[in-house]
Formats: sequence, structure tokens, C-alpha cells
Amino acid sequence: MGMTITEKILASHADLAKVEPGDLVECRVDMLFANDITAPLAIQQFERIGVDRVFDPDRVAFVLDHYSPSKDIASAEQCRITREFVRKHGLPHFYDVGRAGIAHVLLAEEGFVAPGELFVGADSHTCNHGALGAFATGVGSSDLAAAMATGRLWFRVPPTLRFVFRGTLPRWVTGKDLVLRIIGDIGVDGARYAAMEFAGPVLQQLSMDERFSITNMAVEAGAKNGIMEPDEAVLEWIRPRARRPFQPVYSDPDASYAAVHEYDVTDMQPVVSAPSSPANVVPVTEVTGVRVDQCFIGTCTNGRIEDLRQAARVLAGRRVHPDVRLLVIPATPRIYRQALEEGLIQVFLDAGAAVSTPTCGPCIGGHMGVLADGEVCVSTSSRNFIGRMGHRGSRVYLSNAAVAAAAAVAGKLVHPDEVVREPARV
Amino acid sequence: MAIRGRAHKVGDHIDTDLIIAGRYLVTTDPVKLGEHLFEDLDPGLRQRIRPGDVLVAGENFGQGSSREHAPLALVGAGVAAVVAASYARIFYRNAFNNGLLLLECPEASRAVQDGDELEIDPQTGEIRDLTRGELYRAKPIPPFMQELTQLGGIIPYVRRRLGREAS
Ligand code: SF4
Repeated sequence: MGMTITEKILASHADLAKVEPGDLVECRVDMLFANDITAPLAIQQFERIGVDRVFDPDRVAFVLDHYSPSKDIASAEQCRITREFVRKHGLPHFYDVGRAGIAHVLLAEEGFVAPGELFVGADSHTCNHGALGAFATGVGSSDLAAAMATGRLWFRVPPTLRFVFRGTLPRWVTGKDLVLRIIGDIGVDGARYAAMEFAGPVLQQLSMDERFSITNMAVEAGAKNGIMEPDEAVLEWIRPRARRPFQPVYSDPDASYAAVHEYDVTDMQPVVSAPSSPANVVPVTEVTGVRVDQCFIGTCTNGRIEDLRQAARVLAGRRVHPDVRLLVIPATPRIYRQALEEGLIQVFLDAGAAVSTPTCGPCIGGHMGVLADGEVCVSTSSRNFIGRMGHRGSRVYLSNAAVAAAAAVAGKLVHPDEVVREPARV
Repeated sequence: MAIRGRAHKVGDHIDTDLIIAGRYLVTTDPVKLGEHLFEDLDPGLRQRIRPGDVLVAGENFGQGSSREHAPLALVGAGVAAVVAASYARIFYRNAFNNGLLLLECPEASRAVQDGDELEIDPQTGEIRDLTRGELYRAKPIPPFMQELTQLGGIIPYVRRRLGREAS
């Protein structure tokens, strides 16, 4: 019996020839990171361990992204703790305001994670990096501190669920819609403790940006990691970026899966997760007409250049509805710059959107667009839990960038075709 | 030592944003975090929790964000143990690393009512509902997690391991 890509990466990092679901293994960690919320606690725990230095400064990154630029004095103090630690230990991979982006997008862009590697982050959406054919998983601050001291961490080998996409993607249906569809089908605990492996010819129709949206949201189904086998497109994407030599890993043909789910995407529509669970998934046409107060395009799920292009396609030559605020937050400085060069920022400003420096911002209800009681937001983020983006009485619909942009123009949820009428997927 | 306290029931899929909202993640102090425990779920719940009480939850408790502030807020509010039908994985690890006792017991999760007096033996995983005179047995804690708990979480575990390696 062969192994899945997830099992192979865990086995190689534990120096074992073979592992099986349920095995407890201690693995080498290739790279790790924490953000401005999780770093201060990780630093506190690291200092309790009592070692003088991190296991390898070149394999540790800190990114200030959540409440940064600092939203208040308390969050400024948290950033200060992180900056002081970075200076004291001479850590080279530190991303502060102006150079910082949302960690998951930034660290991938900067080539810190490569196929076959094992990556942990003190942030649940670390599973994002699985689109590169790496094992990537989110942990808490204490686990991160342990890995920072020793370069190792224990894992239980997860069973793997495989999701295969076939068919042809209709216009406006994106990677985000595919992953929401799965979460709607299997529920927020449908992949609890498991690995989600995404496969099938449709992946080739997706940009890397869209693939990241899929693995990014594996945690919304309770998964330990989301992963895709690294095809030519991945290798082409990663080669100029990767900071270390790497070895791609593939599932064996006779690997064993706990379940296989097949999807034909040909008849799919853009979908949304209605309040207040990511699993509350319906086609956008079923909620057409719901009035919105705010639309938000950004986050580690959908703040990439491809998302901004999709939004601009809807917004070009149109204006944001007078009753709606549209926030656009590119996920990293590089994406911001590229959007500027492509004229997308001009499109957003002309439409009446607010464009901000990279930050998680409104996604976590911290700053830059917190919702009042009763307000409705269409957001390209990954979570619509009660109170996630502000008051517990606010409501969030999760969608792709085109749907969020269309809602901003229409003032209500609509299929993007109702705003833009052109043939063929572009 | 046995835990004895009142049960506070919450539902399925309680996420870590509901345990402690994002806007409060600007401190690592368990007591300060504990002041805002469950604020968006049920603003009155925090006031009803007394030190030593037990939280009884449904499926997938602790889903979502990896914020270790969630178990810290529970500890800070004085919650002595959580009984749930099941747990989300990052929360599960984080709780053990912070010395918060988690028991997995679908039967107790269903049957125990809000306000029941519970007695829990952390060693055996026995959950006694004193109000109803019922006894439940939680799933055994995996041996490695037991070892972690006995040591007080991953930090003392790593300390001990590094100490061993040095000698
Ligand atoms: S964008 Fe949102 S989901 Fe992503 S890391 Fe930031 S807070 Fe978390």
C-alpha cells in the first residue's frame, strides 16, 4: 500500500520509511512563523523554555499583519514585543509596516515554502501553502515556541480525504467557489483532523492565486492541512522564488484515502456562505436582493492579484452604490504595486472604493472597517462567524471577489452577470 | 484532585472568535482575556461562570482561529474543565499546552443540562452528574496527551527533553 503526499512528507521529516494515519510522529520543521497576535505569546513561551537562541534564524519569520499598522496602544505594545525579540535574536526574516503583507500570501510570494517541505505557523490559515505541494498546518503559540526552540514538532498522521474536480469552469466560478462548495457539502467538521487533498483536471484551469484560495480554506472544514500535488504550473511558479533546493513529492497511485469526493464543476454557479457559518453555502442567485452595507475585497483567501483583477473587471466604468462602502486591501506590497501598475487601483478609486495598505484589517473585526449592529457585509474572507467582523448583530456573506464587487455596485447581492454582461470566461 | 462545579452548556461548532473575540487579542493576560469570554455568544454567560465550573459543549468545540487566547480566556475565567462531544484540532492542542482539561464524551455532552452539578475525576475521566445521579465515562486521553498534561504542556515537555539531551 502506497502513501499520500501528506503521509510522505510527514514520513520524510520524521526520518521514517513509512507512516500510517493515526501514527504519532515527531517531524523536522523546514520553516515557521508567527504574526503580531500570536508572536507575543509564542515569545513568552519560548522564553519559558530557557534556550538562548532559536533553532535556526534563517527558518523563522515574523510578520506584523493583523492589527498592523497598530490600531491602538495595546496592539502597538504587542508589536513592540515582537520587534524587540527580532532585534535581540538578530532574526533576518521580519516584515514590518510598509514591507509587511498578510503572512500567508507574503511568505509564499517570498519563496519561504517549497514543494515537499513542512511548514508550521501560529495562524490557522497556514494550510494555505498546501497549494505548493507542501505540508502546512496552523498551530498555537506554545507549539510554535516549541518548534522555534527545537526545530521539531509532533503530529498525528491524518487520514486523507481526496477531492477531485472535473469539467469546465463557468464564468465567475473561481477556486473560492469550489472550496466553499466542498465546505457546504461536508460541513465545518467534515474534514476534522484529516488532510484534504485536491486534485483533478480543473486545477489546471485555475491560476496559482485561485489554488491558494482552496487550500487556504481547508481549516474551515476542520482539516489539519489542505494539499495539492505540485504540477508544472506550481514548479514554474516556485522555481524563481524558492530559497532552498527542494524535492517535489507526489501521492502513490495505490495510496489509500479515507474517502474520495468527485465534483463536476461544469454546471456550478458562484456561491456564498450565508451568515454565520462558512458551511452555510448557497448559490448567489438564492440570496439575490439581500441589501449590503459594506463589501470587502482582501485577506489571505482572496487578496491576491487575480482577485483584484476579477473585482476590477466588474468595477471598471461603474460606481459603488451610494449606500455601500467598498474596501479593497491588497494582501501584500508587491500585489499593491502590481495592481497600481495594471491600473486596477485607478479603477477602484474611480469607482469610489477605499484602498488600504496591506493588513488583515476588517477580516478579524479589529480595524479598518468594523461593522455596526445589524450591518451586512459581503467579504472575500474565510470566516463569517458571529461577531467576526464587528458587532455580534452584524452579518457576513463570504464570496469570491467578483461577487463582492458586483454587490458593491448593485447595493445588494447579485450574480456578477447582472452587473457585467459579456460572453465567455476571461 | 476531583473537579466539582456547575455545568454551563453551549452548542455545536463554537468557534474561537465566539470564545474570545478578535478585538480583545491585544493582550496575553488570561484574566483580562477571561473578562470577555463568550461575550458575542451570550453576554450574560461570563457573569454566571464561577471558578471551578465546567463548560459542556457539543461537536467541534473550538473551531476556527488558532488563537491560544481561547483556552487562556477559559482558564482566566476559572473554567476547570471542558466536556464536549468533539474538539477542533488546534484548540485541542492549545488547551493541553495550557493545562486546560478537555474531556471528550458525546453522552455527557447530550445529557447534562445547564446548571447541573458535576464532579469529574481527571485521572479516570469519570463525569458524575450529581443533579441527575448519572455517570459518564469520557474517551481515554491518548497516552502522549496524558504525558503532556502531567508535565503541564508542551513547554515543560520541551524543557525536559532539552535537559535530557544536554546531559
Ligand atoms: S486575512 Fe483574516 S483569515 Fe487571513 S490571516 Fe488575516 S485575519 Fe486570518
